[in-house]
Amino acid sequence: MTAIAQKLDARGLNCPLPILKTRKAINQINSGEIVEVTSSDPGSVKDMVSFCEQTGNHLVSSNEADNGFVFLIEKA
Amino acid sequence: MSTIAENIQGNAQLDAWLDHKLDELLPKKLVDIDASRQPSMSIIATKGTLDWAYPPFILASTAAALGWQVDIFFTFYGLLLLKKDIDAEVSPLGNPAMPMKMPFGPKWFQDFEWPMPNLLMAGVPGFEKVATGLMKKTFRSKGVASIEELRGLCLEADVNMIACQMTVDVFGFQPGEFIDEVTDFVGATTFLPVAKKSDVCLFI
Repeated sequence: MTAIAQKLDARGLNCPLPILKTRKAINQINSGEIVEVTSSDPGSVKDMVSFCEQTGNHLVSSNEADNGFVFLIEKA
Repeated sequence: MSTIAENIQGNAQLDAWLDHKLDELLPKKLVDIDASRQPSMSIIATKGTLDWAYPPFILASTAAALGWQVDIFFTFYGLLLLKKDIDAEVSPLGNPAMPMKMPFGPKWFQDFEWPMPNLLMAGVPGFEKVATGLMKKTFRSKGVASIEELRGLCLEADVNMIACQMTVDVFGFQPGEFIDEVTDFVGATTFLPVAKKSDVCLFI
């Protein structure tokens, strides 16, 4: 699997900040690279799916871990 | 004579073929066109209190993050949200559904909903300052961005902020009171055609 190019800790942030920070992180990486986002906002589970659908990026995985919700997104 | 009859028959066949071909190709073509165009949103922001300042900036910054074109027309009290220093406050008076909760102390204390009589909200000097302070503190402790931060994120994402010239005149504002990013001071006539073309149009 492609290595994680950037990690974003969005824990403690509420809507819409996790999405806005994810957008910024994706802007900073190259196509095909992956950003790992950790969030504590339960709303971000569905928001991240919708964000990826709308922006054409690929949501590789979405998991609930001990430290929050972890998303891997591959830039299109 | 026979050539005319042949032509008519030929045209009818051509029409039928064209109909068939369009049915076959058009749905995919429309999907392609829809997928390649940038969605857009127009917001009319009319309110200048702290609680009402949030929806336009949250929706605009999120739409911009999704890659949408966003235009916001600030009119009446909404215009105050474009000032260099936002001094928006919240009034619990006339906001009957607003829960009054304390952002500090033990959990049972924070969860308690304070019954605030309208008389108190209307009559006690400084009550709005207290309510504003409590709301800002609550929002901060819940990880919600400040209005200034959200507005900055909108500007960074090229959200187009348009000021209503009529309101500027009515309230006697000077263009210098507004943030530099506001370059359009226009009327409804200029904004409505923008709103007409947008996919999402909201009045807030």
